[in-house]
Amino acid sequence: MVQLVYLARLRERLGLPGERVALPGDVADVGALLAWLRSRGGAWSSELAPGRAVRVAVNHDVAQADTPVHTGDEIAIFPPVTGG
Amino acid sequence: MGVRVQTEDFDVAREIALLRGSDARVGAVASFIGIVRDENNASTVRTLTLEHYPGMTEKALTGIVDEARRRWSIHDAVVIHRVGELAPTEQIVLVAISSAHRGDAFAACEFIIDYLKTQAPFWKKELTPDGERWVEARASDDEAAARW
Repeated sequence: MVQLVYLARLRERLGLPGERVALPGDVADVGALLAWLRSRGGAWSSELAPGRAVRVAVNHDVAQADTPVHTGDEIAIFPPVTGG
Repeated sequence: MGVRVQTEDFDVAREIALLRGSDARVGAVASFIGIVRDENNASTVRTLTLEHYPGMTEKALTGIVDEARRRWSIHDAVVIHRVGELAPTEQIVLVAISSAHRGDAFAACEFIIDYLKTQAPFWKKELTPDGERWVEARASDDEAAARW
């Protein structure tokens, strides 16, 4: 299982703050995780579309598409940040 | 070094006094204070609500300050960022740096706020007369951070 966290605009559009999910065996990195979530269709497909600005952090560190994901990870998905 | 995320306001004079302490090596303090404006993208802003990602935020801010320490000779730093609902004229963020000389303090302060704006997980939502809207990231902020 991994803990997914959705933040800011993505939390509102996807309709939930997060979820615990079991990753399919072929989901080994961030890029594959996003593709798997997009396959749910609807808002998942449109909000996480490849052209959209989506940022990911694995265990509180900024991640890239090829960053590995493992059981027990906390994986946050969010829009570009706008603090300061 | 102090990094804090909090809902309550901060007292700039007190924070700078704490930063300086009784350290006689300090010859300069530079600070940046971010404040809520009442206008953005041609709309009146009534309130600004800031959210963050607890756990990652503190780690990201500490990492940015550590990077500033590697690049410049600074004695101490304080970064305070508020979250929750804020009104125009309220303070959002404080970055203050102490060093022996002004050059290091100015540069480290500007670096930290530029990086904070593009790396630290905070998001702003504005309440305008037309309703709520999430603030979009600005390309100019990415360009400011890329200078360093």
